[in-house]
Amino acid sequence: MTTRNPLKNDAQQSRRKFFTALGTGALAAASTGAVVLSAEFLTPNALFEPPSRVLVGKPDQYPPGSVAYLTEHQVVVVREGAGYFYALSAVCTHLGCIINWKSQEGVFRCPCHGSIFDKVGEVLGGPAPRPLRHLALSLTPNGYLQVDKSIEVEPSEILKV
Amino acid sequence: MKLFHYIIQGRVWRSIFRTGLPETNYRRSLVILNNFFLHIHPAKVKKSTLKFTTTFYLGGIAFGLYLILLVTGIYLMLYYRPSVPLAYRDMKDLEFVVSNGKLLRNLHRWSAHAMVFIVFLHMLRVFFTRAFHPPKEFNWVIGVFLIIFTLLLSYTGYLLPWDQLAYWGVSVGTNMIKATPIMGEKIRFLLLGGNFVSENALLRFYVLHCVVIPLFLTLLIGVHFWRIRKDGGLQGDLEHYAEYEPDIILGKNIRVEQRESPNQSLVGTGNDENK
Repeated sequence: MTTRNPLKNDAQQSRRKFFTALGTGALAAASTGAVVLSAEFLTPNALFEPPSRVLVGKPDQYPPGSVAYLTEHQVVVVREGAGYFYALSAVCTHLGCIINWKSQEGVFRCPCHGSIFDKVGEVLGGPAPRPLRHLALSLTPNGYLQVDKSIEVEPSEILKV
Repeated sequence: MKLFHYIIQGRVWRSIFRTGLPETNYRRSLVILNNFFLHIHPAKVKKSTLKFTTTFYLGGIAFGLYLILLVTGIYLMLYYRPSVPLAYRDMKDLEFVVSNGKLLRNLHRWSAHAMVFIVFLHMLRVFFTRAFHPPKEFNWVIGVFLIIFTLLLSYTGYLLPWDQLAYWGVSVGTNMIKATPIMGEKIRFLLLGGNFVSENALLRFYVLHCVVIPLFLTLLIGVHFWRIRKDGGLQGDLEHYAEYEPDIILGKNIRVEQRESPNQSLVGTGNDENK
């Protein structure tokens, strides 16, 4: 008894190869499309997050030598001497908790893992790998201080009012 | 008794349970083989593997906790709404307003803690009894995924009460993800659905906790159990096993079922009275 080869001639062979390649290719294209589509879907286009530029009041609200933590914006505004201002991000550079100002010791302490920073944001102790971020501080034309949380500046940049 | 026999010999009963009463050893093995839920079990088990001190039943306890978590989790889903204004209040309602809510919530919570602990002990047991040796090395790999899914379930469930502990726990955890090379920021963004832990993050963690991870976990649990049978069962002492199944140890041949003669000291075949 001879078994009949369903692909007995070359034409059928190449036809099967062609359709296999076509099917595999279509499947690959569809899978790639599905992955891209999912990745896009999972990335939100509109975010309902607080704005990065915030007004933090007038300069004379801050007494000379004061360190003010603004809960709502998670920003620290420091006034040195008569009219020198800078803003720090209150987000700890270790793992993102919010630091507290300890006025008696004159340092910032993180409640999560105990990082310690001084008044200008330099690390004094704990696991924090970097100093606190200095944020862009400017004076609006109508006399308000404005912090842009999305812009990080050098610690040497100080606003003179 | 007559009614009982009438029912189990009736057409309806026999269409569901084809085997009949497990009166003989042959029937007993058929009961296992013909049942969807039992067939992932081996039809025969060595007596020594059933001893408490062989396994301390840790895998079984972990599975029991999984079932408790599944049931209590579904109960909790009926009162909990994953949105920023409601999540914390719903959790408090479950504790103080809903009948037996405190019990169910705490059952879920403590079972989750226990599951992490028991799964970890199970891993230690498997390690110290060398139960990860061939042919079961791949089941160890599946087990590694199971412990990861267990931890991920604990972690995603942690955010849902939406209290200070949850919020900062997840803030810190997702900041650790940032340390991933190259795509750290992207992974965190996708996981949270934003740059901060917010409404999107709560919803995403809820979906992961209630749908995605349990689905994968359930699938892998099935494979994990089934492979115990396919890899030759819980064999307990490997040296002892090697005496009559040397190939199994070397992982060359795993067709165990055909070789087992019914007279080895297996449970169910002692005091043989095959009819």
